Amino acid sequence: MAGEARSEEAGLVFHPMDQFIVKPFFGDGAVSWYTITNSTVWMALAVLAVFALLVLGTSKRAVIPTRMQSVAELAYGFIYKMVEDICGKDGVKYFPYIMTLFMFIVFANFLGLLPTAFTPTAHIAVTAVMAFAVFFGVTILGFVKNGPSFLGLFWVNSAPLALRPVLALIELISYFVRPVSHSIRLAGNMMAGHAVIKVFAGFAAITAIAPFSVLAITAMYGLEMLVSFIQAYVFAILTCVYLKDALHPHH
Amino acid sequence: MEGELAQMGQYIGAGLTAFGMGGAAIGVGNVAGNYLAGALRNPSAAAGQTATLFIGIAFAEALGIFSFLVALLLMFAV
Repeated sequence: MAGEARSEEAGLVFHPMDQFIVKPFFGDGAVSWYTITNSTVWMALAVLAVFALLVLGTSKRAVIPTRMQSVAELAYGFIYKMVEDICGKDGVKYFPYIMTLFMFIVFANFLGLLPTAFTPTAHIAVTAVMAFAVFFGVTILGFVKNGPSFLGLFWVNSAPLALRPVLALIELISYFVRPVSHSIRLAGNMMAGHAVIKVFAGFAAITAIAPFSVLAITAMYGLEMLVSFIQAYVFAILTCVYLKDALHPHH
Repeated sequence: MEGELAQMGQYIGAGLTAFGMGGAAIGVGNVAGNYLAGALRNPSAAAGQTATLFIGIAFAEALGIFSFLVALLLMFAV
């Protein structure tokens, strides 16, 4: 697919989707399950960055925090407050999981914005694993905590009786669509943003519109910084909302 | 010939899903605009509702994402 596009279009020397190809990081060859690919390398870098910020940043535990410690405390407090606000006091138990998800996504997104970097979160394979883990975890948790009364989530008691079966069907569909929208939202946003930047970069080869193209890349880059953070936040906040539904299924 | 026609239909259909983007834009704009209108009337209550704002935006956006999903299915799965 990439090869055909390359030969035909004059201005576009690269295909905008080329950046998402998963290939071995060292040398060439086939990709098998144990191969170190660019995807795994950037995921590992994201984990290392989270580790560096949270462990090294807070290791001194200074009363007057350094810059790194303030950022780490800010991130911790931000997510902690979000979990507490949405899930309530009994949801705080699951705070580490949501914090892990948020920090990993935020760092994978921002590291992916570096030039020539690879964005693991732009791949549906990566985000789907996270979204389905949340989905199955939350469903099992709901049944463990509430037993069969977890199904009350689908039976809207405040609606008129005649309407309830219809609503139950709609609620059921929207429940099973959750992991799909949860994962595609993140992957789609990251992929679309990076592809748009690459498309504008392709226009930079045409002299007449090159200044406009560079301006557009700058503007898109700024927007992507915002989107990187907001999508990580939305992923975390939706995890909280799903968790709240599992803990308190009754409307 | 028949294969080409089917492929043409795939591409046209995938392009038509761009209309879904407009729907998502209207939805997200509606949520954000109404939030801003409410926040300007009562600024002290605004800070507590940002989480609701983002949840609303995320749900409105999900439908736009489904149109993207339809485009992907048309391009690669059908």
